[in-house]
Amino acid sequence: MVPVQYYLALAGILFAIGAVGVALRRNVIVMFMSIELMLNAANLAFVAIARGLHSMDGQVIVFFVMTVAAAEAAVGLAIILASFRNRTTLDAAQLSSLKW
Amino acid sequence: MTMGIAEIIFFLVGAVAIASAFGVILHPHPVYSALSLVVALFQIAVLFILLDAPTVAFLQVLVYAGAIMVLFLFVIMLLNLGRDSAAAPAGWKLTALGAGGLLGAELAAFFLLRVVPPSAVGALDPGFGSVKALAHALFTDHALSFEITSILLLVAMVGAVVLARRGID
Repeated sequence: MVPVQYYLALAGILFAIGAVGVALRRNVIVMFMSIELMLNAANLAFVAIARGLHSMDGQVIVFFVMTVAAAEAAVGLAIILASFRNRTTLDAAQLSSLKW
Repeated sequence: MTMGIAEIIFFLVGAVAIASAFGVILHPHPVYSALSLVVALFQIAVLFILLDAPTVAFLQVLVYAGAIMVLFLFVIMLLNLGRDSAAAPAGWKLTALGAGGLLGAELAAFFLLRVVPPSAVGALDPGFGSVKALAHALFTDHALSFEITSILLLVAMVGAVVLARRGID
């Protein structure tokens, strides 16, 4: 069996790639997809540690994370739709009316 | 470490996962980003199977790669998005990539060199990761969280309908 640390290291790398995506991209939808990537990296770490501990709790947490991600995607994409109707842009740099 | 079949699959799938994750954040066209994300999600599902979590892998493909990504692609096509109009400034790009590279190297080094892996003694339960085991944990130890999750989904559904409705003032 592959050691648990290898999975954790892969999860760390995927999380870092997702974080770079949020910082790098200006398109709100791509930033959103990067957040999904970070959530999946966390899920991978949960399942890896659940395997190491022989406990089902980690997999149950992943189940809840997926539910929250689905809710987040539904509400977030609805917000993106509404903001696109009002501002006709998805560029995060131009959605700055809350900025002081 | 000997290279068994599990190790070969792990390194192959891990490399594809990292490559497709880079595809998500680097491709200028959002549709290709979404398709790269589908590939990355499938790779993670394979890793779940390697980790004796077939039920979670099944849910990953069904819910994440299926439902959530269809929602993303639907919105991208509804808004008729093309390539990004303006890229981030080059200096900011380099800073983000450098900081992210440092973060990734740091996390990987930390997990590989500093973390003592949690390890339980004895063999794995024969039913570990099955639908039955997951459902048992879900409806006994985590029953309250499960019920709260259903309220969360209801609120999210109502919120999405209200937000996406036309003519909101």
